[in-house]
Amino acid sequence: MSNIQNLFTQPLKVINIGTSTFKKDLDLQQTEAVQYDWRPPAGGNIQLIEALDMFIDSDLVQAANEEAIKRIKDAHPFLIDIDQAKHVIPGMHEKKILHSGPPITWDKMCGPVRGAIIGALMYEGLAKDESEAIALIEGGEIEFGPANEHQAVGPMAGIISPSMPVHVIENRTHGNRAYCTVNEGLGKVLRFGANSKEVLDRLKWIETTFAPALKKALALSDGIDLKSITSQALHMGDECHNRNKASTSLFYREIIDYFLQTDLTQGELRDVVGFIKNNEHYFLNLSMPASKSALDAAHGIPYSTVVTTMARNGVEFGIRVSGLGEKEWFTAPANFVKGLFFPGYTEDDAAPDLGDSTITETMGIGGFAMGGSPAIVQFVGGDVEDAISYSEQMYEITVGENTNYSIPTLNFRGGAFGIDIRKVIETNILPVINTGMAHKEAGVGQVGAGIVHPPKACFEQALLRFKETYEEGAS
Amino acid sequence: MVSKVIIEKNAYHDSVTLMSLSGKVLSKEGVNEAVVSMATAMNKELLDNIGLLTEEAKTATENDLIIAVKAETEAALTDTMQFIDDALNKKKTSKKTGQEKTTETLPQALDQLPDANLAIISVPGEYAAREARLALNKGLHVMMFSDNVTIEDERALKELGRDKGLLVMGPDCGTAMLNQTGLCFANNVRQGGIGLVAASGTGLQEVAVQIDRLGYGVSQAIGTGGRDLHKDIGGIMMLEGLRALNEDDETRVIALISKPPAKDVQDKILAEVKNITKPVIVGFLDGDKEAVEASGATFASTLIETARQAVLALDPSVTIEREMGETLTLFAENEQAKLHGSQQYIRGLFCGGTLTSEALSILRSEGLAVKSNVAKRPEEKLDDIHASTGHTLLDMGDDDFTKGKPHPMIEPSLRNERIREELLNQETAVLLLDFELGYGAHDDPVGESIGVLRETLEELNQQGRHVTVISYMCATKNDKQGYDNQVDRLSALGVYVASSNEEMSQLAAMITKKEVK
Repeated sequence: MSNIQNLFTQPLKVINIGTSTFKKDLDLQQTEAVQYDWRPPAGGNIQLIEALDMFIDSDLVQAANEEAIKRIKDAHPFLIDIDQAKHVIPGMHEKKILHSGPPITWDKMCGPVRGAIIGALMYEGLAKDESEAIALIEGGEIEFGPANEHQAVGPMAGIISPSMPVHVIENRTHGNRAYCTVNEGLGKVLRFGANSKEVLDRLKWIETTFAPALKKALALSDGIDLKSITSQALHMGDECHNRNKASTSLFYREIIDYFLQTDLTQGELRDVVGFIKNNEHYFLNLSMPASKSALDAAHGIPYSTVVTTMARNGVEFGIRVSGLGEKEWFTAPANFVKGLFFPGYTEDDAAPDLGDSTITETMGIGGFAMGGSPAIVQFVGGDVEDAISYSEQMYEITVGENTNYSIPTLNFRGGAFGIDIRKVIETNILPVINTGMAHKEAGVGQVGAGIVHPPKACFEQALLRFKETYEEGAS
Repeated sequence: MVSKVIIEKNAYHDSVTLMSLSGKVLSKEGVNEAVVSMATAMNKELLDNIGLLTEEAKTATENDLIIAVKAETEAALTDTMQFIDDALNKKKTSKKTGQEKTTETLPQALDQLPDANLAIISVPGEYAAREARLALNKGLHVMMFSDNVTIEDERALKELGRDKGLLVMGPDCGTAMLNQTGLCFANNVRQGGIGLVAASGTGLQEVAVQIDRLGYGVSQAIGTGGRDLHKDIGGIMMLEGLRALNEDDETRVIALISKPPAKDVQDKILAEVKNITKPVIVGFLDGDKEAVEASGATFASTLIETARQAVLALDPSVTIEREMGETLTLFAENEQAKLHGSQQYIRGLFCGGTLTSEALSILRSEGLAVKSNVAKRPEEKLDDIHASTGHTLLDMGDDDFTKGKPHPMIEPSLRNERIREELLNQETAVLLLDFELGYGAHDDPVGESIGVLRETLEELNQQGRHVTVISYMCATKNDKQGYDNQVDRLSALGVYVASSNEEMSQLAAMITKKEVK
């Protein structure tokens, strides 16, 4: 029997693509139907649709993406050490400063990033004050580079200077490492561009007291399993980007016994563990490099359309794609975050979207896991229902579901992960990011938090470049 | 005069929703111009024409919604903007609270309905082929309501469908009935033994309706889209449909409906007809009788004949009345008496394209010289669609009338202005109007035009003039709008409601022919 005859003998079940009028009359006839509220794919851009159609059913892309998400999911990050950046980060030297987001030159950097760089140069002893720091930079003495190109990530301004201690994360599945500084806490902090004495003193304390203490503790451990902590924290109301209460507590629980086994004095011990206890964002600077180590492992798979980096420098948003070059960024002007402002601040005070913390969303947590983190919803504005629908929507633009990172409110469904540039373009659905907002001027600090999306242009450029790179082998 | 233009970024709405909203907005008191549409190049041009193309509108993309209104007063403007906002947003809130979940991608839709077997596609033409291909690749049969699909795409899709054994109904397929479900524009027709394959939407509707009126029913009705019998497509879907109906146990008689196809294509179809074991009626309007009969099929030159022959093939015992009864002749004579000497012509304002063609064919066979925008013969072609001349039949659903507007079956009020114009024209003797009921059609087609009919007929009456108005309602008693309710309101105005498009046409011919004698 042909398919048409089969159809004559089955109940009709209809997907109505387009005008809902026809759906209403199907309902009237009690014919089962689903309404698909169609929108033009790729925003109606014919060039992009062509690129899309070339790869939409490609087995090569499918296989490459399966490999990419397998690597991301299999990655097993451990915190194994803390050391100064210049000792561990490849390519780091005495006059190099790493920043968040895609590459950018000094003259184009936003206020908070400039403030943080000036602070870092003073912290390093390379400059006495702001004017000396600027002279040094304008004299071409300082080399800048994106942290993401150095196996590192940094929240907000994301500044990493040579002497700063960085967490050393080892992905024991694939053997690669990732690095991130220690979270300074809230208030006047370098990552928001503050560079007063108080800020620099704290950085020095982290370098001379905290880091050596943590190094001792970690030396006694077999490494702290960050994947396990993240997985549990996601069941405890964290999404591990803007809410890190549970994960920080779990980390504290894991590390405390090692601290107790060190030769630290009681005073030092109380200062050091107190610093972790009192900073509920401590784990952010572990969640980020843990994500980074997994995503770096998935970069460089030919034919893969999976996004391996999303990062912002306060001026531009940039993404990188597994199947394209390691230094190939697709950038567009960063959006402004929409959300709630702390009392006394308005939209006019905010800098555009900033920081490498979107590595968490790239991993499939953060904004992607917001549905399981009702507590964050109030902080960024909106209601729980919105958060759940954001998390559900992300399945539309991703390759797989990460059962290691499941979401309780979605019946423990594995979180959406492996952002596929093809799907983003086809559906016009952009990844959802929840994030803090920095004041546009250096050093004021955080002014609010909310929801933001990457500019679609990043994905459009990436897809067109992907077509250029792979059209000959397209199947 | 005040105006306002708003661009809503990334707020996609489908064009049918927007066009019917534009229609409603335009009919509001104090509104001069209104455009509610996606910012396509064509719509931006519309905006430019009414002087509302702002800088912001110029840079808007096809994903952005334009709301532009020109009104008499500030109050009317505010009121109208609010009205538009409510209309567009009401849908959103009900979506959120309602149990119905809508979906935004095909995979999502398939998640919700994993054993779906048909996709109905009504997206803008330039994207429709892509959606159809994606649906076919998921193993779904496809009905493409969308038009403006290239013939190359149509061919590729139909070949893909044929290879997969899937139906590709359309593009530009307005009507189908599968498993007793009416799709897009379709009437509530009883179930029965006649299977239809039609390259014409209203043609299919009329044949199905007339079968129903004769007391018989339809098993399956497959639409192919108007271009299926084009030489570049070669009747791929009509052939597939024919074969499928031949194998279908419920179908005992098969009827094919189309305008006359290209010779090569006709040969191909008729060659296939020879292999069919069931009686076949070939209803090719103005078609090649001899060739059809040589294939062993029965020929029908009009829609109603197709219905009659199909019923006769199913049940040879049935008696069919073809002659006009005495009451009708009396009615015609009575009407003639009321007409002045200058009133010589028939003016037909149709919503149904194939009904227009059928009326043209019938009037021609009555010896009348007729002009129409659907005419194929050079001598019958109408020069200016905005000016009737002699006997004129207009398909108001034709592209020339519907650019940027909904089809008159969805928005019958688009015909109103022309109704008034033709009634007041000194040369008009008879005005013909068709009304389509059923799924997809307007909720109250008669209600949309009854006002203008009443007013204009009264005006004529006061001037001591009269125009005969004859209508035909392509509908069954079971259509959702309520047949009697629609007919009664027309009858109350003295409008004659014919039992078929043929009867309407013949009656008109009778009235006007005697007049010129």
